[in-house]
Amino acid sequence: MTTQTIDPSLRRVPPFGGFNLTVLGIELKRMLRNRRTIVFTLILPAALLLSFGGQKGWDDKAGSGNVAAYILISMALYGAALTAAAGGSMVALERSLGWSRQLRLTPLNPVVYILMKALVALAMGALAIAAVNVVGALQGKAVMPTHVWVITPFLTLVCTLTFAALGVFIGYVVPGENAMQILGPGLALLSFLGGVFIPLDQYSDLVRHIAYWTPMYGVSEIARSVLTHDLPWYAVVNAVGWFAIFVAGAAWRMSKDTARV
Amino acid sequence: MTQTSLSGTTGNTAGVVPAVQIAGVTKDFGSVHAVRGIDLTLDQGEIVAFLGPNGAGKTTTIDMVLGLSHPTTGSVEVLGLQPRQAIARGLVSAVMQTGGLLKDLTVRETVAYTASLFADAAPVDQVLRTAGIESIAERKVGKCSGGEQQRLRFAMALLSDPALLLLDEPTTGMDVEGRRAFWSAIRADAEKGRTVLFATHYLEEADQYADRIVLISHGRIVADGTGSQIKALAAGRTVRATLPDPDPQRLSGLAGVDSVDVRGDTVYIHAKDTDDVARYLLTETRAQDLEITARGLEDAFLSLTGDDQDITPAPADQGVSA
Repeated sequence: MTTQTIDPSLRRVPPFGGFNLTVLGIELKRMLRNRRTIVFTLILPAALLLSFGGQKGWDDKAGSGNVAAYILISMALYGAALTAAAGGSMVALERSLGWSRQLRLTPLNPVVYILMKALVALAMGALAIAAVNVVGALQGKAVMPTHVWVITPFLTLVCTLTFAALGVFIGYVVPGENAMQILGPGLALLSFLGGVFIPLDQYSDLVRHIAYWTPMYGVSEIARSVLTHDLPWYAVVNAVGWFAIFVAGAAWRMSKDTARV
Repeated sequence: MTQTSLSGTTGNTAGVVPAVQIAGVTKDFGSVHAVRGIDLTLDQGEIVAFLGPNGAGKTTTIDMVLGLSHPTTGSVEVLGLQPRQAIARGLVSAVMQTGGLLKDLTVRETVAYTASLFADAAPVDQVLRTAGIESIAERKVGKCSGGEQQRLRFAMALLSDPALLLLDEPTTGMDVEGRRAFWSAIRADAEKGRTVLFATHYLEEADQYADRIVLISHGRIVADGTGSQIKALAAGRTVRATLPDPDPQRLSGLAGVDSVDVRGDTVYIHAKDTDDVARYLLTETRAQDLEITARGLEDAFLSLTGDDQDITPAPADQGVSA
């Protein structure tokens, strides 16, 4: 029968739980091949900027820049948030396809898998932010000091982490391709409520007091804070709070899920 | 509930760690007892068929060997390690029937992705060539046929040169030629020490290709032995006759009779030599309407795994009248 045996002690475990650049490269290529992602990432935010950015009063003063700059930052945040959420929701989609189960049969650590997904989502978010900034610069209406042009995109990118976590969470709650059907309109609604599309002082007191509690409010205040020189403490609490809630929600759904991969 | 213990199941060779060691494992899902107590040791290089109907506990047991779920009680070790540790070393692979692929990746990307996760994996090009999918390497997985996807799954499973390979209904949809080629490749790898555990519900395939058959039903192992040992369970024939006032004791005493089942005026006699039984019934009793039927492998399988938990060969009505 057996002519040879295998000595398990000769086998190695990969470093960093399986984290590697090959996977990141393939995942990025995969995202860039997806037409829907490209529409959400590159075209939609830029188109929104062009349509919102030309409204009346675009050259009015806003912080250390003008209203067009304020809108540019808001649209970059919206585009990046949507893209990151779409990326996050792919985790659940891949689970429904049995790919997560397949990956569980490799040395890949589930936490590392999420980390790599988050990195890809961030990279795509960065692309969305870059697209809006390039279109805004070419449009030539937005005016803000150089340091705002440089710092704000990075601040925006950090804020999009919240929505990558939201995407993972919603992806698990709403299985399959339906996640984006909720995330798309949902994020648009939250953006209106959170003062991304329309400044909060345009709303009635009641709506504004509700807005302070919604997830887009905190991050949009933070993203624009370098321009506006204004960052209420409760906006920071809002941003940190929602980030914690979405990460906890995603972690909770995922830990439930691994019980029956 | 009985376990048919068959002599000659492989003993553990001294000093060599078994490929799989399952000890006193149960698994409950809420109030459902999917696995009710399994002890099983697989030695390195064995090809073992895991045979049983759907819902018998095959998948649940395999999931525990793969570390996808944990036993409620008992322990599972793969090559002396916890299942997750064995997987982290690339020692365990599995090929499932469906799913487990991303449609928008190419065949090469899928293999490269998987290979990058292991500490040591065979070169991607070599793996593609061996699996016979080199020519479709740049094709999207979603555009591949079912057979091509199955080859891809195999390529992925063999990347890390696993010591234990679990297969779920591996040859479903293969033609005779493909099946033969498949099993001779599996056999060649087993000679290098790879252990193969495959789930099937075809006794025929289990008998033909496995060194050992483990029969599982209702969450327990009901038989464990070589193909011929399992077939021996199905040996003999059944005589059915209409016989008023039968004498079961007398019938049981006949040479070669394994069991006697009396149902009203009808007797079912299971025996190795039914000719003697028939001769006796026709000459010494008032028996009428004799029927003699062979019990096939499938019947043996059914009686071992079916709801009728009595494994003494008392055939059900359909079994005899067929």
